[in-house]
Amino acid sequence: MGEATIRAPSTLLPLRLEAVSFEAGGQRIIDSISLEIGQGGLTVILGPNGAGKSVLMRLCHGLLTPSSGRVIWSLPQPSNGRRRQAMVFQRPVMLRRSALANVAYGLKLAGIGPRERHARALKAIAGVGLAKLAGRSARVLSGGEQQRVALARAWALEPEVLFLDEPTANLDPSATREVESAIAGIGAAGTKIIMVTHDLGVAKRLGDEIIFIHNGRILERSGAEMFFSGVSSCEAAAFIKGELL
Amino acid sequence: MGTIGLALGQAAELIVGLDSQLVRIVGLSVGVSLSAVLIATLIGLPMGATIAVARFPGRQAAIVLLNALLGLPAVVVGLLVYLLLSRAGPLGELGILFTPAAMIFAQSVLVTPIIVAFSRQAIEDAWREYEEQLNSLGAGPLQAALTLLWDCRFSLLTTVLAGFGRAVAEVGTVMIVGGNIDGVTRVMTTAIALETSKGDLALALALGIILMGLVLTLNATAHGIIGIAKRRYG
Repeated sequence: MGEATIRAPSTLLPLRLEAVSFEAGGQRIIDSISLEIGQGGLTVILGPNGAGKSVLMRLCHGLLTPSSGRVIWSLPQPSNGRRRQAMVFQRPVMLRRSALANVAYGLKLAGIGPRERHARALKAIAGVGLAKLAGRSARVLSGGEQQRVALARAWALEPEVLFLDEPTANLDPSATREVESAIAGIGAAGTKIIMVTHDLGVAKRLGDEIIFIHNGRILERSGAEMFFSGVSSCEAAAFIKGELL
Repeated sequence: MGTIGLALGQAAELIVGLDSQLVRIVGLSVGVSLSAVLIATLIGLPMGATIAVARFPGRQAAIVLLNALLGLPAVVVGLLVYLLLSRAGPLGELGILFTPAAMIFAQSVLVTPIIVAFSRQAIEDAWREYEEQLNSLGAGPLQAALTLLWDCRFSLLTTVLAGFGRAVAEVGTVMIVGGNIDGVTRVMTTAIALETSKGDLALALALGIILMGLVLTLNATAHGIIGIAKRRYG
């Protein structure tokens, strides 16, 4: 017992964005956003459609490169699959194989050996409540089940940070409930979750902290309770009231 | 009507009795076309996958050209391959004109565009769907390509079957570069052409029935594969 526990800082977080902008087709989609996201709690990036939420998330995840500014993780990011952050997309992309094999696929790309791969995939798929459907073809599962497989695939990688892009946008209420409970479980197990949504209900139910963005800029950032009890920007207030922005 | 009925009866006898000439012709036909499709697949699938995923200048022109090549007339391919393989041609040294090798060569030229064009389409559609996800999971180009090929396996298999159907049923190239030599380069289509012109309808009809059966079976198989795959794998 009692091995030395003093180690070099081994965490990805905080994630820092320094004056990040992103332009496409002559349009400025993200407009000089600076931001720091630390450990703990579930961070919701909230805003109307077209606010730039998904682009912001892809910039953080590394799928897009900023036109200017920098995205800085506290640890250097390897370029191969062994990254410590993962993402789940709005529409789950299921490979033409079983649910379990979909989860194992991500682990294989991350360089995990076959035996450990199988064990971790099984654990992750059970963790999202799909143990019984593990052997089924992923593409014939329902939308909600597919999204949970996608969550399991990301979670099995044991990421420190998990990005979720509108994970329940295409789902009916009961599927939404199941996916949300899977998300809550992943968060409770210690993964930092950063989620994009335009859905106030989702933000209220899951969010600990809200970052409100509109037209590619951050207008508001506060704890979820604070945010929903009174915001300072009129855009955020209008959005909460359900007005179209 | 009487002549045709008689010929049909004789054709049935040839098929049921496994007439040796008939069997030899069918065997050569299938052998040549299978070899050609194998070669076309080995060349065509990587090409299709590359064009589907890679972005390079002239890509659109390449796709237009490929789609145009789908309608390549077999006789023109036959003529070009004939010029290549003839004594004075650049590949004349090989001395394979009027052999099954020349027929395989010509049919591969005919079928490769089919494999490339159809696989390009299937893989590009899948890539559009998978790209972000695979990048997110950290798949490199080779891993992504292999994943796409595997995930498109059913549509690729039907593409290969379509290629075989085209090869086994065409007459233009094998006639020109094979020469329809009895016992050496005579295949189903060239035999049908010859026997019909000679008036030997029995053999022509027997071969025609087998060819039709083969093409029907191929199409039914392709249809079945797609159906089962859709149901089982979505």
